[in-house]
Amino acid sequence: MRKLHLSLLTLLLCVTGLGLAYYKVTVIGLPLTASEQALVWNIEASVSFRAKPDSSIKVTLPLPLDPPGFTILSEDFMSANYGLAIEQDENGRVALWAKRRAQGKQLLLFRAALIEVKESSAASDDKSTSKSAATTSSTPAFPVVPQYPPKLLPVIEGLLDKARQQSADTVSFSQRVIEELNSTSPTLELKTLLQQIDRPREFAKNIGWILAGARIPSQVIRGLRLEEGKEYSELESFLQVYDGTRWRTLNIRNGQEGLPENFVLWQLNSSKNFVIEGAREYSIKYSVGKTLREVIDIAEITSTQKGLHLMEFSLHSLPVHSQNVYKVLLMVPLGALMVVLMRNLVGIKTFGTFMPVLIALAFRETELLWGLILFSLIIGIGLLLRAYVEQLRLLLVPRLAAVLTMVVLLMAGTSVVMHKLGLEMGLSVALFPMVIMAMTIERMSLIWEEAGPAEAFKQVFGSLLVAVAGYLVMNIDELQYMFFVFPELLLVVLAVIILLGRYSGYRLTELWRFRALAKR
Amino acid sequence: MFKTWLNLRKTGIVGMNQRNADYISVYNRRSRFPLVDDKLQTKILAEKAGIAVPELYGVIEIEHDIANLANIIKDHEDFVIKPAHGSGGNGICVVTGQLYDRYRLSNGNLLTQDEIAYHISNILSGLYSLGGQPDQALIEYRVKFDPVFEAISYQGVPDIRTIVFKGVPITAMVRLPTRMSNGKANLHQGAVGAGVDLITGQTNSAVWQNFPVDHHPDTGAPISGVQIPHWQKLLTLAAQCHDLVDLGYLGVDIVLDRDLGPLVLELNARPGLSIQIANAKGLNKLLQAVEQLETIPAPPQERAALGQAIFHKT
Repeated sequence: MRKLHLSLLTLLLCVTGLGLAYYKVTVIGLPLTASEQALVWNIEASVSFRAKPDSSIKVTLPLPLDPPGFTILSEDFMSANYGLAIEQDENGRVALWAKRRAQGKQLLLFRAALIEVKESSAASDDKSTSKSAATTSSTPAFPVVPQYPPKLLPVIEGLLDKARQQSADTVSFSQRVIEELNSTSPTLELKTLLQQIDRPREFAKNIGWILAGARIPSQVIRGLRLEEGKEYSELESFLQVYDGTRWRTLNIRNGQEGLPENFVLWQLNSSKNFVIEGAREYSIKYSVGKTLREVIDIAEITSTQKGLHLMEFSLHSLPVHSQNVYKVLLMVPLGALMVVLMRNLVGIKTFGTFMPVLIALAFRETELLWGLILFSLIIGIGLLLRAYVEQLRLLLVPRLAAVLTMVVLLMAGTSVVMHKLGLEMGLSVALFPMVIMAMTIERMSLIWEEAGPAEAFKQVFGSLLVAVAGYLVMNIDELQYMFFVFPELLLVVLAVIILLGRYSGYRLTELWRFRALAKR
Repeated sequence: MFKTWLNLRKTGIVGMNQRNADYISVYNRRSRFPLVDDKLQTKILAEKAGIAVPELYGVIEIEHDIANLANIIKDHEDFVIKPAHGSGGNGICVVTGQLYDRYRLSNGNLLTQDEIAYHISNILSGLYSLGGQPDQALIEYRVKFDPVFEAISYQGVPDIRTIVFKGVPITAMVRLPTRMSNGKANLHQGAVGAGVDLITGQTNSAVWQNFPVDHHPDTGAPISGVQIPHWQKLLTLAAQCHDLVDLGYLGVDIVLDRDLGPLVLELNARPGLSIQIANAKGLNKLLQAVEQLETIPAPPQERAALGQAIFHKT
C-alpha cells in the first residue's frame, strides 16, 4: 500500500513537472538553454517632408496588420507633437498623423519588431492566402469588364486572347499575361500599352485592370523583403488572383507564383494608401535591419499576445533583484539532493545535515579554490581559539556565542588583511554563513576531543567533499537557467528525493565497512 | 564492487538505509523514543517493572544543585556520573574513589571538586546530549564488574549488547573496551566486539576496527570461548526490556555485576550494525524469521528460548 502510494506520488510529481515544462517549451516556446537567441527583424517606415506654410498637415500611412508568417513583437511611432490615431478595419490598418501648423523639415517614423513564426513555408503560404481571403469577402465578385480606352482596346483584347489560348486555368492565364507584359522585346502595340500602364506604383494595379477584361478577380498586396540593411523607397507589389477557391499570389515581374522568402506583408488591397496633405518635397523610406534577441524575452511577449497568462505568473515577472535571489534559491534543492546522494547512497559523514549546502552557496560567491582556502583558514584559527576558550570553562551557550563572535571578527580581519594585500577575493568571506561556521567549529572540536582528530578530519573532509559536489552541481549555468525558467522541474527533483527516501540498499561505504563479511 | 554487494545481500547484512527504512521507521514509534533517550525515564520504568538496573543515587537538574553533589554521594565511596540524554558513552565519568577532597577516576586521573562541578555543568548545558538540549546528570551505582571479562578488557565498562526484535532477542555481542576506545564500549571508538553464541552464551568470533581478531589488542588474551554467566537470565532480561518501552527494534545494553548479576545499563532505539561483523552473521535472516512468526509468546523466558531456536536455525 505504502509502496503503491509512493510510486503514484512520484509518478504524479514527475508527470506534472515534466508536463508543465513540455508545455512551456512547445506552446510558449521557451528555449531549453540560456544562449538561444532568435532573429528579430526591425522594419521602419519614415516619412520626411517639408511643411507647407499656413496649411494643416495630414499624413496617412498604411501599417502592417498580422503579417502571415510573422508576429509583431512591438511597434512604436515617433512623431513629436503630432496627433496620432490608428484606424483599423477589415481592409487593414493605417496610422493617421495630423498637425495644424508646422514649419520646416518634418519626420514621422513607424517602427516594428517582427519575429518569424516557425511554420513550414507551405503552411504559412496557405495561411496567408486563407487570411487574405478571410479579410476580404470569402468569394469575391467577378469584376465588370472595364471601359478600356479605344486606343488600347485592341491591344488588350489581343493580349487576353493570346493568353487564353496558351493557358489552362486562371492562374496560368494570369501568368501568361504577366509574362507577355514583361517580355524583353515587346511588340509595338504592347509598347504603347506599357507606356500607359507601367508606372512605378501602378503596374500591379494595372495588370489587375487588364485581367478584369477576362473577368478575373484580383487584388494587389504590398510588402517588404526582409534583407539586412536594405532600404526601399516603396513597398514591393504582388498581384493576387482568385482561382475560384483561394487567392493565388503572383509576381508581377515574372509571373511566378508564391511570395519570396522573408517577405512581410504590409498592405492588403490598394484601398488604403499613403496619403500626405499640406506637405511638399515629401519622401517615404522603408528600411530593414536585424538584431538578435533572447528567445525567452520573445516567448514572454508572444505568450501574452496569444492570451496565455502562464508567463505573467513566472519568476520573470518579479523585480530583477528578487529574480537573482530565486536563481540561487532554486538551486538549493539540487544541493540538498547532492547531500542525500552523498549521505544515503555513498555514506559520507558530514557536520550537520545541510551545512554542506550552505557552504556550497558561499563557494558560489568566493569561487571554489578561494572558498576552500578561506573556509580552512577560518575553521583552523577558530579551532585554536576554541581550544583557548575551553580553558575558561564556559557554559555551552555563552561558549557558542563567544565562538560566533570570534568567527565574525576573523571574517572581518581576513577581509581587511586580504584587501590590503590586494586580494579582492578576501572580501567575499563575508558570505560564509557565520552561525554555521561557529557550529562547525564547536562540533569539530567536540568530535576532536571525543573521537580523536582522525574522526574530526574525516567529518570535515566529508562535509567539504559534499559541499564541493554541491557547488559543482549548483554552479552549472545550464541547470541554473533550466530551474529558473522551468521551476516545475523541482517537482521532479522532489520525486527523486522521495524515491531515495525509500532506498534501503547498501551505502557505498558499507561495502567497505562490511567487506570482511562479504569474503565468506 | 557489485560482487561485494551481492555477497553482502547473500550473507543477509542489513545496511544503514535498510535498518532505518524497514525496521526503525516501521517498528519504533517516535513517541516511544524519549523513553530510551532519557536514561532517567528508562531507569524509573525499569525499577517499577522490577528489572534490575544500577541503583540511582540522585539527579542533578539545575546548575544550582551541583552544590548538592556532596550530599548525594556522602554514603558512597564510588559512583558514576552520566548525562541522562548522552549517546555513545560520552560524558560518562566513573569515580572509583575519593582522596583528600579529590575524586579518582577509572582511568587513574584525580579530579578536584571544581573540575567535577564543571563536568556536571557541561552535562547540564547539553554538551553530550543529542541535539544539544539542556540535560540532567544522573549519579548512580558504580557497577563492580564480574571478573569474567577481566582478561579481555582494558579499563572501562565491558557490556553485552543484545538486539531484541519484536520482543525476541535475536543476536548479542560483548563489547570490550580497549586503550584506543578510552574505556568506552563503542565499536566505532575502538572497542572490540565479540560475537556471542545465543544458545550457549559463549563468545566466539570478534571484531576490532571492522576486522576479525582473535586476541584482545591490549591484553593479548584470547577472546573466544569465554562463558558469560547468568546467560539465560540475561536473555530473559533483554526480552523484558521490550515490554518496558514497546520498541520493536531495540538494543539492550547489560552489564554483569559481581554481586548483583546482570543489570540493564541502557536501551537504544537505534542500535548500530557492527553487531553483524562481531557475529559474522547478517541480521536480515534473523529479522525475517521473527517477522514471519504468527504469534510471539508473552512470557519473556519463552521469547528468549524462541530467539535461541531462531539463532540456531539460521
